Amino acid sequence: MPDQPGARNPAAPAPASSDATSDATSDAAPPRPRRPWPAPLRRLVEANVAVVTFLSVFSALLLGGVLIIVTTPAVLHALANIVSSPGRALGVAGSTVGDAYSAMFTGAIFSPSSLGHAISTGHGWTATLTPISESLVSATPLILAGIGVAIGFSTGVFNIGAQGQLIAGALAALYAGFAVRLPIGIHLPIVVLAGAAGGAIAGWIPGYLKARTGAHEVITTIMLNYVMLNLLNYFLTTRPFQQPGQSNAISKTMPSTARLPHLFGSGLRVNAGLVIALVLVAAAWWFTRRSTLGFSFRVIGLNPRAGKTAGIDARRVTVLVLTISGALAGLAGMASLAGTDYFLSSGYGGNIGFNAITVALLGRNRPVGVLLAALLFGALEVGGRNMQAVTNIPIDLTSVIQALIVLFVATPVLVREIYRLRGTGDGSIQLSTSGWGG
Amino acid sequence: MAINDQAHDGARVRRPRSARRSALVAVLSASALGATAVSAGVASASSRTTRAARVAHASPFLACEVTDTGGIDDRSFNASAYQGLQLAKAADPAISFKYLGSTSTSNYTPNINTFIAKKCGIIITVGFDMASATQAAAKAHPSQKFAIVDFTYTPAIKNVLALHYDTNQDGFLGGYLAAAESKTGKVGTFGGQDIPTVTVYMDGWVAGVRYYDKVNHAHVVALGWTPKKVRTAGSFAGNGLFTNDFVNQTLGKTEASTLMAQGADVIFPVAGSVGLGAAAAVKQAGAAHYMEWVDTDGCISAPQYCSLFLTSVTKGIAPSVKAATLSAAKGTFAGGNYNGTLTNGGVSLSPFHDFNATIPAKVKAALVSLKAGIISGKISTDPDSYPAG
Repeated sequence: MPDQPGARNPAAPAPASSDATSDATSDAAPPRPRRPWPAPLRRLVEANVAVVTFLSVFSALLLGGVLIIVTTPAVLHALANIVSSPGRALGVAGSTVGDAYSAMFTGAIFSPSSLGHAISTGHGWTATLTPISESLVSATPLILAGIGVAIGFSTGVFNIGAQGQLIAGALAALYAGFAVRLPIGIHLPIVVLAGAAGGAIAGWIPGYLKARTGAHEVITTIMLNYVMLNLLNYFLTTRPFQQPGQSNAISKTMPSTARLPHLFGSGLRVNAGLVIALVLVAAAWWFTRRSTLGFSFRVIGLNPRAGKTAGIDARRVTVLVLTISGALAGLAGMASLAGTDYFLSSGYGGNIGFNAITVALLGRNRPVGVLLAALLFGALEVGGRNMQAVTNIPIDLTSVIQALIVLFVATPVLVREIYRLRGTGDGSIQLSTSGWGG
Repeated sequence: MAINDQAHDGARVRRPRSARRSALVAVLSASALGATAVSAGVASASSRTTRAARVAHASPFLACEVTDTGGIDDRSFNASAYQGLQLAKAADPAISFKYLGSTSTSNYTPNINTFIAKKCGIIITVGFDMASATQAAAKAHPSQKFAIVDFTYTPAIKNVLALHYDTNQDGFLGGYLAAAESKTGKVGTFGGQDIPTVTVYMDGWVAGVRYYDKVNHAHVVALGWTPKKVRTAGSFAGNGLFTNDFVNQTLGKTEASTLMAQGADVIFPVAGSVGLGAAAAVKQAGAAHYMEWVDTDGCISAPQYCSLFLTSVTKGIAPSVKAATLSAAKGTFAGGNYNGTLTNGGVSLSPFHDFNATIPAKVKAALVSLKAGIISGKISTDPDSYPAG
């Protein structure tokens, strides 16, 4: 719907201008029976990025609820008798879904009762703050890897290799951790830089391959994921990396001087990795919006030909983007290693590298958007854990919810139709790309 | 813009109806909200009563399992440990149990912490991967009881029961049976990962094949694992086939097909649910191709392939987890290290099921005396004790 550019920003003179557009099509003659809502309110019911995203999350949670209902035997049993006792059937369904989501909330944000207890007695603050701390911990690597992937996407470079770059960063950070003995003030920065460097190298390789040979980065980055995964398995059973006295595939542990310090005492695991992530969100915003290099990245992303005509070296940009993207993913690997895990084992990183892609899409490739998306995903994961522990509903439900959110965000037309939103600022996911193989 | 134009036309022509519709939507959504509120009220009330009821008639004891990244239905040690919890509940209805799955190693510590906060009577962690997370949690919470599957702590930890199994002992019996049943003179194995908990099986299995050759002057060759010639005691090093995965069944199919292409007619996968792929390949290969299952009795955990399984080389995770849970529930829990052997029944060869009639009595008798020999220590399960192939 590109022909109504004004709808995205219905700013100060919005009523007039948007009336003009609608009246132009609807013949203008009869005055509307009542004035539409005042601008700020109306903006809420019009389709825009924030509204569509919010409704996508809402819809995903709603469908998740349906999923809970149809997969819980007790609920199905109650629903089977819905004709004879409808109240009970709805009650059981409602309580099951309600219990699940309230467990998710208390596990991810805070539990009201625990907060009340902490406020009234002054004790138990650690327990009260643990859920939010855990959510931040699980969001931290997603933020870092997410902005890495997003910078690639907005430059038209599909970096699917965040997983491999994350492992490369973690391996480099681990090596920097155990190979030298230094005071924390020097050691920790070296570990952080090593993580970034490891990821940067793993990102530079596909960048160089693309610039030199035209090999498509989707293929090379995916393949490098497997290379890194198996390289990790190899290192874990090899002399300098393997935990001494162990024949299992487990690495040495990070010395205390190479660990990211906890921000709020040892009881809460939230650590300096979060600070690094937040600083880099700000840096990424500045870079993409304010810097010359970032501008040339965007130009190449929006229109490579125009960029080339304007004298931007597209090859250099490709190499740089993948290197930066890889460095950020490497920092994500470093942040988990030095922040919470302190050792590596096979399959390190789980799905973080792939979730980062989802987070970048949900955040629409903007640093602040990625930050919010990562916080949401982190909270969903931690909340899902509590949900399973309390209600026995498998944590896999959270993956389904995450997938549904992205599905809805990717089809804004659907969201608009379901909720009868006006306006066309659809907030769809826009990938700047010159096309597959471009 | 076709859609939008239509919408505008519709709005102009049938405005009253659309207004009514939006009013209806508003009412509906309002009533829906009300209903949610009501049902939420019902929810909390009913859940409160059920919770109260639960507390009243049962369940002061909660047993909790944290799986490793293989997941709860890996048909291997995670599933076995969970089965142990089910057995414990069957033995003592006052026990209830829960589990938390881990999708990455980063989940171990928060999963354990979640269960500590839920006041679990015992927390079962599965796999050496979780050893350091378990150790750290045990140190931070000295009154919390733990049991860890497939690990040994040196020195032992007071509030952790580390469960370890000498699966080379029953692996030896499995290797002997495989060699005895092979018509092609070749048998094959592969592992999920080159780690001791896997290769200990393969070491024993290969030793069993070599032992068969030695006592029967036969020439059965074991493919897929070559134990290293000189090893330190307790290490299970060598070269072999590994899928580096415990989940992807396609890999199991590939490895089994490779082994069968080289002439092996008995396959022993040591790779969790990857073995199901091997079973599919063995089934496809048709008559006179057999398998041995690992960890659990395959005829129970994967009954669709029971007709292929000569036997299963099992590891008594379920019984030992059950025992640990019951002891914690009774208050007789003691930490330390437990070692499952043929002697204490911690490891064993499963019944022959479909092959009970076809396996010769002579072989069965040999297995019985072998078991006695291993228990008494007269027969070594070290592959180095016997000449190779």
